[in-house]
Amino acid sequence: MRKTGDAWFNLVTFLFALSIPLLLLLLVAILIGQALPAIKIFGAGFIISSSWDPVKETFGALPYIYGTLVSSLIALAIAVPLGLGAALYLAEVSRSRYKEYLAVMIELLAAIPSIIYGLWGIFVLGPLFGLSMLSGGVILAIMILPTISAISREVFRSVPNILKESALALGATRWETVKLAVFGPARSGILGAIILGLGRALGETMAVTMVIGNRPEISASIFAPAYTLASVIANEFAEASSDVYLSALVELGIILLLITMIVNGLARLLIWKTVGKSNIF
Amino acid sequence: MENGRQKQYFLRKIKNRIFLLAVFSCALIAVLPLLFVLGHVLVKGLGAINLDFFLHLPTPVGEAGGGMGNAIIGTLILIMLACSIGLPIGILGGIWLAQFGEGKRGFLIRYSADVLAGIPTIVIGMFAYALIVIRMGRFSALAGGFALGLIMIPTIVRTTEEMIKMVPRSLYEAGLALGIPGWKVTLRVIFRTAWSGIFTGIMLAVARIAGETAPLIFTAFNTPYWSFQLDQPMASMTVTIYNYAISPFDDWHAKAWAGSLVLIFAVLGITLLVRKFSKQVQYG
Amino acid sequence: MIKKIAALIIGLGLISTTALALTLNGAGATFPFPIYSKWISEYHKAAGTQVNYQSIGSGGGVRQFIAGTVDFGASDAPMTEEEMKRAGGEVLHIPTVMGAVAISYNLPGVVELKLDADTLADIFLGKIKKWNDGAIAELNPGVNLPGKNILVAHRSDGSGTTHIFSSYMAKISSAWASQVGAGKALSWPAGVGGKGNEGVTGVIRVNQGAIGYIELSYAMTNKLPVVALKNRAGKFVKPSIASTSAAAAGALKKMPKDFRADITNAGGSDSYPISGFTWLLVHKEQKDAVKGKALVDFLKWSLSDGQKYAEALLYSPLPENLQAKVMDTIKSISY
Repeated sequence: MRKTGDAWFNLVTFLFALSIPLLLLLLVAILIGQALPAIKIFGAGFIISSSWDPVKETFGALPYIYGTLVSSLIALAIAVPLGLGAALYLAEVSRSRYKEYLAVMIELLAAIPSIIYGLWGIFVLGPLFGLSMLSGGVILAIMILPTISAISREVFRSVPNILKESALALGATRWETVKLAVFGPARSGILGAIILGLGRALGETMAVTMVIGNRPEISASIFAPAYTLASVIANEFAEASSDVYLSALVELGIILLLITMIVNGLARLLIWKTVGKSNIF
Repeated sequence: MENGRQKQYFLRKIKNRIFLLAVFSCALIAVLPLLFVLGHVLVKGLGAINLDFFLHLPTPVGEAGGGMGNAIIGTLILIMLACSIGLPIGILGGIWLAQFGEGKRGFLIRYSADVLAGIPTIVIGMFAYALIVIRMGRFSALAGGFALGLIMIPTIVRTTEEMIKMVPRSLYEAGLALGIPGWKVTLRVIFRTAWSGIFTGIMLAVARIAGETAPLIFTAFNTPYWSFQLDQPMASMTVTIYNYAISPFDDWHAKAWAGSLVLIFAVLGITLLVRKFSKQVQYG
Repeated sequence: MIKKIAALIIGLGLISTTALALTLNGAGATFPFPIYSKWISEYHKAAGTQVNYQSIGSGGGVRQFIAGTVDFGASDAPMTEEEMKRAGGEVLHIPTVMGAVAISYNLPGVVELKLDADTLADIFLGKIKKWNDGAIAELNPGVNLPGKNILVAHRSDGSGTTHIFSSYMAKISSAWASQVGAGKALSWPAGVGGKGNEGVTGVIRVNQGAIGYIELSYAMTNKLPVVALKNRAGKFVKPSIASTSAAAAGALKKMPKDFRADITNAGGSDSYPISGFTWLLVHKEQKDAVKGKALVDFLKWSLSDGQKYAEALLYSPLPENLQAKVMDTIKSISY
C-alpha cells in the first residue's frame, strides 16, 4: 500500500517534470520550422557573417553573438560577487530588524518593467559610460541582482543551523564558518541562482537595448557600442515584413538557445571538475 | 610558539573583519542602484497616483481623471492564469528533481529548465502566438497567460529543487521511521520546511512576469476597456505602461511612472498577504 | 488553493460565453497611437462602439491584418502588392493624419541650423565627422560651430519613421540609395541606435554633438532644436504642422487613387521635405455586416469630426480636398 502511494507520487511528479523538456522541444520545433527559409539560404555562413542588412536581405549573426556573450559576462562579473555578498550579509551577518524589509525590497525590483530600467539607464548610465557594451552589462547586472541575491540568500539560510553552530562552537570566525560550513552545502543552490541570473541576462531585451548603442560591430573596447541577439529580435521582430527577414530573426533566437545550452553545459562541467559530481548534475 | 599562535589568531581576526566589511559593502552597493531606480520611479510617479488611477479606464492625452483600473485587474488575471500553469509544473517538477532526479532523466529536465530560462521572453511570446493565437484566430488572455506561465517555470523548478535538497535527509528518514509513507513525508514535512525558500522563488517569478511586456504584445494584446473574457484580448499594466512610456507626452509619461509604482506595490502587497496567509496555514 | 484557482478559472471561462459588446480590434503603427486613442475615446462617447487599437508597430499591423487576427490594420508604410495579395480581396489604404520627421541635434549655443540634402546625407553616411566641417559652415554663415565630433543617432527598432526618413534620403542622394537604401530597418553606416523615438530622443538629449531623426512631436515636447531643411523649391523650411500639410497639398495633384503616396521631397515652397501619411488598412468587402457598418461609421467620423483633434496632439490634419477624396473611398466599402 505504502509502496504504491510512493510509486504514484513518483509518476505524477515525473509527468509534471517531463512536461518541461516536452514544452522546450515543441518550442524548438516551431522555431526551427519558422527559421527554415533563412537556414536554407544562408547555411552555416549565417553564424560567421557580420553583415546585417534588412534592405538587401543579407543576414549574419556574429556581432550579435559577441555582444550577447560579452554583455552577459560583464553582468555576471558585477552581479555575482555583489549578489552573493549581499545575500551573505542578509542571511549570515546582519542582526538588524530591518533586513527582512531589505530582502523583500530586493525581490520586488524584479517587478520593475524593463522599459523603466531602460529609461532610467539612458539618463544615468548614458552620461557615465556612454552608449556602450559596458552600460549594457551594468544595466543587466542591476536587473539580475535580485534573482541572484534572493535565491542565494534563501540557500544560505536553509543550510542547517547545526552545521553553522558546530563551526562557531569550535571557535571558527564568521568567515571561517561561511567558508567551511555554508559554502559546501550551498554550492549547488548558488550555481542554480547564477544560472537563473545568467538566463535573464542572455534573454533580456528592452532595457539593454536602450543603453547598449545597438551597433552590430565587434569592438575590443567595452566603451564602444554593441548589440545583442535578444535586442535585435525585439527591435526588428515587430516590423519585419519579408519571410526571409522574419526567419533570419527567428534563427537568431535559435542561436541564442544554443548559446544558452553551451554556456549552461560549460558551467556544469566547470563545477564538476572543481568540486565533484554530487549535487550538480 | 605563543607568539606565533597569537599572530595566527590576529590574522584570522583580520580576515574575518575583511569578510564582514566586504559583505556589508556588497549589500550596500547592491541596494544603492536599486534604491536609485525605486526613488526615480517614486519621484516621477507619485504625483499621478490618485483614486481615479485605480478605478477608471485609460483616457487620451490631456484628459484628466484617467486610470488603469482595467489593466490592474487584467494583470491580476494574467498572473493567475500563469500561476495555474507555472506552479504545478514548477513545484511538482522541482519535487521530482530533488527526490528522484539523480540520473540522466533528471539531468535532461534540469538542463531543459535552465535553457528555458535563457530564452528571450519575446521568443516565448512568438511561441504562444504560433501555438494559440494563430489557431484561435484572435488574441486572448489565455495565450498571454500561457506565455507568462512558461516564463515562471525555470525559477520555480530551480528554487523548489534547491530548497527541498537543503532540508536535512534525517528529517525525511525520521518521518519514514514513524511509518509515514514517503510521499506524505515529502508533502507534509519536507515541503513545509522548504516552503519559505520556495515561496521566495514563487514571488520572484511572479514579480518577474508582472513586469513583462514583450511576451504579451502578440498574445494577450491589450484593450482600453474592462476585459474579463479569457478568450478575448486582455488589458495589462506593462503593455499600457509601455505605450505611455514611449509616447511624446508628459501627461502619459507621468502615468507610465505611476503605473510602475503601482505595479511594484501591488507585488509587494501580494507578497506580504500571501506570506502572512501561508504562515497561518503552516502553524495554525 | 489549487482547487480554488481552478474553480475561478472555470468561472471566468463561463463569463466568456456571455454576449459581448461590439468591439472592433485593430493594431499597427505606433506613431498615430495618441490620436487614435483620442478618436476611440471620443467616438465611444458619441456612438457607443468600442474600438480597441493597439500600437504593435506597422509591420506587426500588416502581419496581423494578413493573418486576420484584427478587424483593421494600421501602418506608416503602405502595403506592398505582394502583401495585399496575401491579405486576400481588395485592400484599401485610408490615410488618416500626417506627420513629419524632424532632424534634431544637441549643440549648446546653436539655436538655428540649416542643412541641405547633400550635407544631411553625408552626415548620416558618416562622411562628415565634425560639426565645424566646411559643408555645414557654408550653409550656416555667422553660426559658431564647435569642433566637436558628430554622433549620429538612429532608430534601432524597425519603424515607419525610419522608412520615411530613408525614402527621402534615397531620393536625394545616390550614394545613400546604393549604399543604404530605404526601409524600416537599415544597415547603418554610422552612429548609435536608440530604441523607439523615446530612445533616440534620449540619446540626443544626453550627448552633446548628437544629431538624429525623430517624429516632430518628440522634438516639440522635449523642446529640442530642429534643423531647417532645404526643400525642392530651394527654401529652408523647419518641420511644423503647417509645413507638413503643405507637403500633402504639394503632392495632391499626383496623388494615386489608392492613396499609397510617398510625399517626401514634395514640391511647393512651404513644404517640409520629410513628411508622410499614416494609413488604416481595411478590406473593401467586409464579411461581417454589423462589424463592417461599425467600421465604416468609425472611418467616416475620423475623417470628418475626428480631424479637429489632430493639431492639439501635434499631428497635421489632411488637407480638405484630400479628405473629400478619402471619404469617397470609405463609402465604397461594402458590407
